Amino acid sequence: MESVIKTIFPVVVLFGGATVAFGAVMGIVAYTVLAERKILGWLQGRIGPNRVGPWGILQPFADLLKFIFKEDIAPDKSTKFVYFLAPIVAVTCALIPMVVYPFGPPITSIDWSFLPYGLGEGVKQLPLTLAKIDVGVLFVLAITSVGVYGIALAGWSSNSKYSLMGGLRSSAQMISYELAMGASVLGVVMLAGTLDLNGIIHAQMHSPYRWFIIPQIIGFFVFLISAFAETNRVPFDLPEAETELVAGFHTEYSALKFALFFMAEYVNMFTVSVMAVTLFLGGWYVPGLTHIFDYGTVPYALVSAGAFFLKLFGFLFLYIWIRGTLPRFRFDQLMNFGWKFLLPVALANVILTICAIWLWQFMGWSLT
Amino acid sequence: MVTTVFFYIFAGLAIACACSLVYHRNPLYSAISLIGVFISLACLYVTLAAPFIAVTQILVYAGAIMVLVVFVIMLLNLDDDNAFNRLKYLYGVAVVLGLALMTQTFFIFYAVLKTPQNPSTNTTAGLTQSIGETMYTEYLLPVEIVGIMLLMAIVGAVVLSRRLNQPQIELMKAQEDFETFQERNEY
Repeated sequence: MESVIKTIFPVVVLFGGATVAFGAVMGIVAYTVLAERKILGWLQGRIGPNRVGPWGILQPFADLLKFIFKEDIAPDKSTKFVYFLAPIVAVTCALIPMVVYPFGPPITSIDWSFLPYGLGEGVKQLPLTLAKIDVGVLFVLAITSVGVYGIALAGWSSNSKYSLMGGLRSSAQMISYELAMGASVLGVVMLAGTLDLNGIIHAQMHSPYRWFIIPQIIGFFVFLISAFAETNRVPFDLPEAETELVAGFHTEYSALKFALFFMAEYVNMFTVSVMAVTLFLGGWYVPGLTHIFDYGTVPYALVSAGAFFLKLFGFLFLYIWIRGTLPRFRFDQLMNFGWKFLLPVALANVILTICAIWLWQFMGWSLT
Repeated sequence: MVTTVFFYIFAGLAIACACSLVYHRNPLYSAISLIGVFISLACLYVTLAAPFIAVTQILVYAGAIMVLVVFVIMLLNLDDDNAFNRLKYLYGVAVVLGLALMTQTFFIFYAVLKTPQNPSTNTTAGLTQSIGETMYTEYLLPVEIVGIMLLMAIVGAVVLSRRLNQPQIELMKAQEDFETFQERNEY
């Protein structure tokens, strides 16, 4: 009995943690949609949704119910299996990076020996990350690169001109901007000397700049622009350019399958915001907090996690703000911008960073 | 124990995807199955404590190469593959190659069973830092050769896809005409 509990316990803890993280992410995503509609309303001199619940705070649930009860239509000439597979691929690839989000610092101050059956033996810390993956940055980039299939297959299998055009545009765009994104991350990886997301935050804690946005300002802007393009958001929302392509790759999708694409887009927004916060803005790290609370205590972790989410909300607000402000690119401009401006700038930033690090080491100055 | 269970799950998935890759008549379904094979292989690498190789596998094969393959299949809109009667002689080649692969597999089994088991003491193997260190010290020459080959491929792709404008084409024609004129005058 005791051995059974000891085997099952870590699995239960892991599933519990995954459920909490999933709930938090999905809740934030649902309310990002509401915030987007509200803020866009204010930017355009409207009120925004205000009928469902006070200030419209129950609107996401009403939307979800509407999506569930709508009729699910599949076009006659569509390739059925791929048509069903595409939204699943999109939403799965959007959700998988959740396992490496660094929500907060590990809690080391709690003594777990009060747990029955000796379950707390040898437990040193409670990490606020689901999985400790040595190559977190590459993991996120890899999984988001697989997400292209969801959109490309959706566009092709719907058997519609608009969908196909949207799917092709989106795949070309995502493949092009992936390069600039990867190159812009390299500078941070070189400064931190690790690919682990929590390791990068620790490297920022010990660096003289505190946040990598200061030495990597070029990398930050390249990352930000390619993140907008990767998530198909304004001003790079050509895959679903309403005025030309009806709704782009998801023209033929209805009901819950459309909701899955919608959800995937917002979870992707969340993911790139987490990446931007972690790589360039210090993640959960608040400068000077160690003077108030000790590292590893519960209040330190809570304040840090709060700071992480605050930075995250700042990025999500930036997304919405820009959607209310900028017009859309033309497709050839988008491709030229990505290949002829953004990628060379990112590569120049990499070379500049290499030279700077070499100079620092040559002069014997300390990087950390 | 857990890794064994995961091994059987992902190995089974890889074999199932490989079978569906071979048996499907529709090329797009075959391509999707191949993506499935790559992803299950990446999961196997994770269980073997090689996260860097796993992520590289997904990034390069599933994320880049297969996107191109799927693109080509979607744009050419290939019909279902028919059984080619004119390629019947390939069945014999297939049997021979299959037998060779089977022999190799059994040889690997035999070699693995014969080697004395000594668990590796090197715990950093498979981590990013150790891979980078060995790549740029012990295996520097192969890395450089692969880099030059990839650069050649990129330059070749640029040259092949570059479109000449009208004055350039006229210039080339004039040069060819001049050369033929010279050759004729030699006789």
